[in-house]
Amino acid sequence: MRRGARRSGGGVMALLSFERKYRVRGGTLIGGDLFDFWVGPFYVGFFGVTTAIAASLGTALIFYGAAVQGTFNPWLINIAPPDISYGLSLAPLKQGGLWQIITVCAIIAFCSWALRQVEISRKLGMGYHVPFAYSFAIFAYVSLVVIRPWLLGAWGFGFPYGIFSHLDWVSNTGYQYLHFHYNPAHMLAVSFFFVTGGALAFHGALVLSAANPPKGEYVKTPEYEDAFFRDTIGYSIGTLGIHRLGLFLALSAGFWSAICIIISGPFWTRGWPEWWTWWLNLPIWS
Amino acid sequence: MLRYQNVFTQVQLRGPIENGPAIRTGSFVRGRSAHFNYWAGKLGAAQIGPIYLGKLGLASLVCAFLAFEIIGLNMWASVNWDPIQFVRQLPWLALEPPGPEWGFTPFVPLAQGGWWQMAGFFMTAALLLWWLRTFRRARALGLGNHVAWAFGAGIFLILTLGFIRPLLMGSWAEAVPFGIFPHLDWTAAFSIRYGNLFYNPFHCLSIVFLYGSTLLFAMHGATVLATARYGAERELEQITDRGTAFERGMLFWRWTMGFNATAESIHRWAWWFAILCPITGGIGILLTGTVVDNWYLWAVINQFAADYPSTGVLDPAALPGGAL
Repeated sequence: MRRGARRSGGGVMALLSFERKYRVRGGTLIGGDLFDFWVGPFYVGFFGVTTAIAASLGTALIFYGAAVQGTFNPWLINIAPPDISYGLSLAPLKQGGLWQIITVCAIIAFCSWALRQVEISRKLGMGYHVPFAYSFAIFAYVSLVVIRPWLLGAWGFGFPYGIFSHLDWVSNTGYQYLHFHYNPAHMLAVSFFFVTGGALAFHGALVLSAANPPKGEYVKTPEYEDAFFRDTIGYSIGTLGIHRLGLFLALSAGFWSAICIIISGPFWTRGWPEWWTWWLNLPIWS
Repeated sequence: MLRYQNVFTQVQLRGPIENGPAIRTGSFVRGRSAHFNYWAGKLGAAQIGPIYLGKLGLASLVCAFLAFEIIGLNMWASVNWDPIQFVRQLPWLALEPPGPEWGFTPFVPLAQGGWWQMAGFFMTAALLLWWLRTFRRARALGLGNHVAWAFGAGIFLILTLGFIRPLLMGSWAEAVPFGIFPHLDWTAAFSIRYGNLFYNPFHCLSIVFLYGSTLLFAMHGATVLATARYGAERELEQITDRGTAFERGMLFWRWTMGFNATAESIHRWAWWFAILCPITGGIGILLTGTVVDNWYLWAVINQFAADYPSTGVLDPAALPGGAL
């Protein structure tokens, strides 16, 4: 029962006051008891090992790429994908091969992380909502560096790994379609991002306002939270509903982001403003 | 394998309508009309209403209606009052601010941007009145003002775009037009005019907080739903008397990433991430054109613009007489 706690040795410090009784065996998807232990606060598991290997290798390769590039300025490090001329084949290390290996490392690390979340969920008797949610982020990343490049026929369509270089990629890719704000899926994605931000502000604020009332007031119950939103806008979605809504909004933002870039190129090659001519040419008014 | 994951409500209970705790102060009484909606109950609370319609709310709605009408009627007028063309071209129609020749003149002739000023005035009035309403509603129930300050952060960004920055630039023409595609055109043109907003560090921060807010809501929403079988949605109880629901949620993140929030602190993370998005964004807007004219060149000077191999194409800005 207490194996994990013992393994952490001097790391008992890392235990929260109530943590010991939750550190039980089991719940692993693979490897049985082999990696079923903690290191400090971290649960390891088979997928913790694969995450650590893939993430370390990928990070090391980014540093190698930076050394090849000749800068360790974090704003300027740039690991570019291969030239378009390489198509979907493997490129030499310094001509984009690094980018390809780092991409593989990233996908292995991200998927391992999601599976590790599944194992931790099982251990704690939780639903799988978190790994399900995280898989949308993985999908968005894979859309950018695998699905779209693959549909377009060259790894060179992936984005470069670098803080400002990836922003340049976003600019350049956007302007290739003249004006990316007219991409209907991009519109949906941005709207979902903004609404998620607003909903998060209101949810966080509402809970804080009930838990931290003005001086001399008692801490409030959810009845007051509901009354505040009903009084103000006529509806309160409730304590459970807000978390469903928040998760839906956040995942929709990620999902439509992935869709908006997958359709740009593979399914629409002209400027996005032009896409809207179907609306102007509807038979009802033309 | 398929199990109930609590993403919708299976069994909806119907008791009497909840009228809520008494309002301590207020010019009106809380409305009486409320009803249950089955489909609302699938996702969250089934009860819709009652609403409190105070003086501030009423005044705000009147101002919002006026702004909406001014914008809509101007757009309709721009297609010669043709109802079909109004609907057909609606996404492209605009109510534009005054041109640069007017500077920051307070009262521009209606057809030259005065309508835009008036719509902006009423929209601002509606927002500020509704803002005061959020303070009053919180006070009437003995709650903190956290919602009001969060809403205020959003209003700050809107006012920055449509009033404060035009004031600093001395020109209404710098402001955002009303209209679906036109405001998107403004955004793109603004970024290009000032040398790519992606190189504006405050824009970077704003995007970080926008994506961070989405990430936080996905993490928080998913964690609560995944532990809802232990009562995780009763967050106020979990704050004042932590139970197994949040213990599990906290340990999930501790074991996953070595760090966890608590039932209360996750809402503080949420609140700060969400309000810092418009606040940092607004600062970025305020600095654009006033302090920094070209963010890319600013990034070159400050050595964070990436250096790419030459393409052999001459940059026109680098030629004699160019911007450089």
